[in-house]
Amino acid sequence: MYSSLILLPFFGVIVLNLPFRALMKKCAFWLCLSIVLFQICLILFPQICCFSDKLDALGSFFKFDFAVDSLSRVMLFCIGIVLFTALFVQRNNCEDEDKIFNFANVSLLILCGMNGVVMVKDIFSLYVFLEITAVSSFILIAFNKESVAFEGAFKYIILSAVATVLMLAAIALFLVISGDTGFSAISSALKVSQGRFFIGFAVGIFLCACFIKSGLVPFHGWVPDAYSSAPASVSVLLAGVVTKTVGIYTLIRIVNSIFGFGDPIKHLLLAVGAISIVVGALAALGQKDIKRMLAYSSISQVGYIVIGLGTGTALGLTGAIFHLFNHSIFKSLLFVNSAAVESETGTRDMDKLSGLAKKMPLTGITSILGSLSCAGIPPLAGFWSKLIIIIALWVSGFRGYAIIAVLASVLTLAYFLSWQRSVFFGILKEDLANVKEAGFGLVFPALILAVIIVGVGIFFPLFINSFALPIENILGG
Amino acid sequence: MSSEVINLFFYYGFFVVMLFIIGIYCVLATFNLIRALIGLEILIKAVTLLLIAVGYVTAHEALAQSLVITLIVIEAVVITISVGVVVGIHSYNKSLDVRKIRNLKG
Amino acid sequence: MYLDIIILVVLLLASLWTVMTRSILRSAIGLALTSVILSIVMFRLNSPLAAVFELSVCAGLISVLFVSTISITQPYTTEEILKRMKDMFARFRFLPLIIIVSAIGLAFVSIKPVINLPPPEAIKDARVMLWNVRGFDVMGQILILLTGVFGIVILFKEGLKK
Repeated sequence: MYSSLILLPFFGVIVLNLPFRALMKKCAFWLCLSIVLFQICLILFPQICCFSDKLDALGSFFKFDFAVDSLSRVMLFCIGIVLFTALFVQRNNCEDEDKIFNFANVSLLILCGMNGVVMVKDIFSLYVFLEITAVSSFILIAFNKESVAFEGAFKYIILSAVATVLMLAAIALFLVISGDTGFSAISSALKVSQGRFFIGFAVGIFLCACFIKSGLVPFHGWVPDAYSSAPASVSVLLAGVVTKTVGIYTLIRIVNSIFGFGDPIKHLLLAVGAISIVVGALAALGQKDIKRMLAYSSISQVGYIVIGLGTGTALGLTGAIFHLFNHSIFKSLLFVNSAAVESETGTRDMDKLSGLAKKMPLTGITSILGSLSCAGIPPLAGFWSKLIIIIALWVSGFRGYAIIAVLASVLTLAYFLSWQRSVFFGILKEDLANVKEAGFGLVFPALILAVIIVGVGIFFPLFINSFALPIENILGG
Repeated sequence: MSSEVINLFFYYGFFVVMLFIIGIYCVLATFNLIRALIGLEILIKAVTLLLIAVGYVTAHEALAQSLVITLIVIEAVVITISVGVVVGIHSYNKSLDVRKIRNLKG
Repeated sequence: MYLDIIILVVLLLASLWTVMTRSILRSAIGLALTSVILSIVMFRLNSPLAAVFELSVCAGLISVLFVSTISITQPYTTEEILKRMKDMFARFRFLPLIIIVSAIGLAFVSIKPVINLPPPEAIKDARVMLWNVRGFDVMGQILILLTGVFGIVILFKEGLKK
């Protein structure tokens, strides 16, 4: 059933490039949107997929071999929602039919890539799909061919290529002891030959590659540049799912399935996570550009996910995955809002904006919900995931880290409040008097995302039963 | 396995590490964008050599070869895209010197 | 064994020349040379198929790409190149030193751990391996080639707008 998630986008690309160009240009957006909607429905209601047996037969030709557990399903759902949002934002910002056609093609390919990353159980195939995702995101960053976008893309290319080289070197070293690239084979081989120097080295460089890909603090240089220079729809996609899939999901999956939670790995994850939280939050305080501030805030929130993973307990892992989900939702909501502000006023500089809440009520309200969720204010979704992470840290004895997490949460609230105060509240400036609410393509996805944030927050007790219990089973599996 | 094979692996490992140092130094020290890409290529060459050597030492040549073939295809695509980005940067700045095109602060 | 070591030393020298040479065009040619020598090493390590790929794709296609990019983007006058040469020499003169020092260092650090090598594999043919066992990677190759095609269409074809 899950092979359709790779094959449908693949066939979508092929169908779009059949000879009927004029027709296909008209329906490219809708085809792409329906494939994304199919993915969301398949995750929510697995029983709808009745034609999937034939696709599975086709998948077996390519030796599809998937391991889909609850973590993968959470990620697949996030990918669907965020790509849906990004498509609407792109359609709103760009009228050119050719551009939408190209965007639909590349986003189908990036969908293939991310679905592959989420579902494989072979470390080399993981690398292959990481590269598909990375190459598509390079293209998307440089999509509008602006000068800064090329530079952001080049920075991302260099760091990402170094990360994949490190990853491949680690894979080669694992191959020495396991002779196979499956997760389970490597995991059992690692248990046999533990404590060898070069195996420790391989684990270290693999983790380092994951840190580069997810933009954690010693290696975060590319994140603000890539996010702020990309087109609006692409920043939604990058911040919402791409770096989360290629970096954080890979980290969680590899640590959980292959390396296991040894003491050195735990301490490394906790230290890197804590540094990212603090540095990201402090750097976000000093930013004037909305997108750069959101990018630094993203680094800080990724730190929370990593610190939750670092506890190595079922509770911490649940918190980390829940925060990963929440972060995808609220960060894409905030990037949609920044796109709305930018498209209506033409600037992202906070000093030039003020008092927009009266002119753009829906954008204002949804952005308040998004920032409060990010800062961890109760009843919203972000509060519960941060609470779980902090409780997990406290229970497993890392009390210093728990205190850091709580204090940094105050910093988060501080920079979001200053953002809200300078952009949405205050006196409306004269040159902004003609601003009106953003278009449908920017308001509709923002409303959907805001409803998810509030809904998950309020119905948290219902949600946690279907969410947390399966996660305990995947630990160490 | 015999210690001779292990020795062989460490010989190759030695040269792989040397290639890594050259590549990383090139990426870090150069100010020219194309030269940075050439440094990346040398890094990828080092990894290719490592994979092939591992395949030879563990008598898994078939697996190592199929991995390397995939790696080479991916490498070609990545280099093509990055060359496209470099040409794009050049069309704006008329220069490939990193010091002249630093608009982004990091 | 001695022949192998000589080839590897030549590989190292070629890559060093690639990095250290002053003209960027020569650097691209040096990369192609490195690729050719690497493919000889691969051939000697029982991997003929991968060696052919390395030779045709890396030494052929990628160097053509680099050379054409350099010819598109090479606006320097002679003085600029001369100035650049000194500049480069200042930054890269430490590299051979680093290489020699780290080589001596690595030669003294003799870690020879006992490695439990895995059993030899069942499938001996790389073609069978690629198509029958690692078919998913073939799918990945198709996808990344499609991505590359769209990348070329988006980055090159539409013409650069100012």
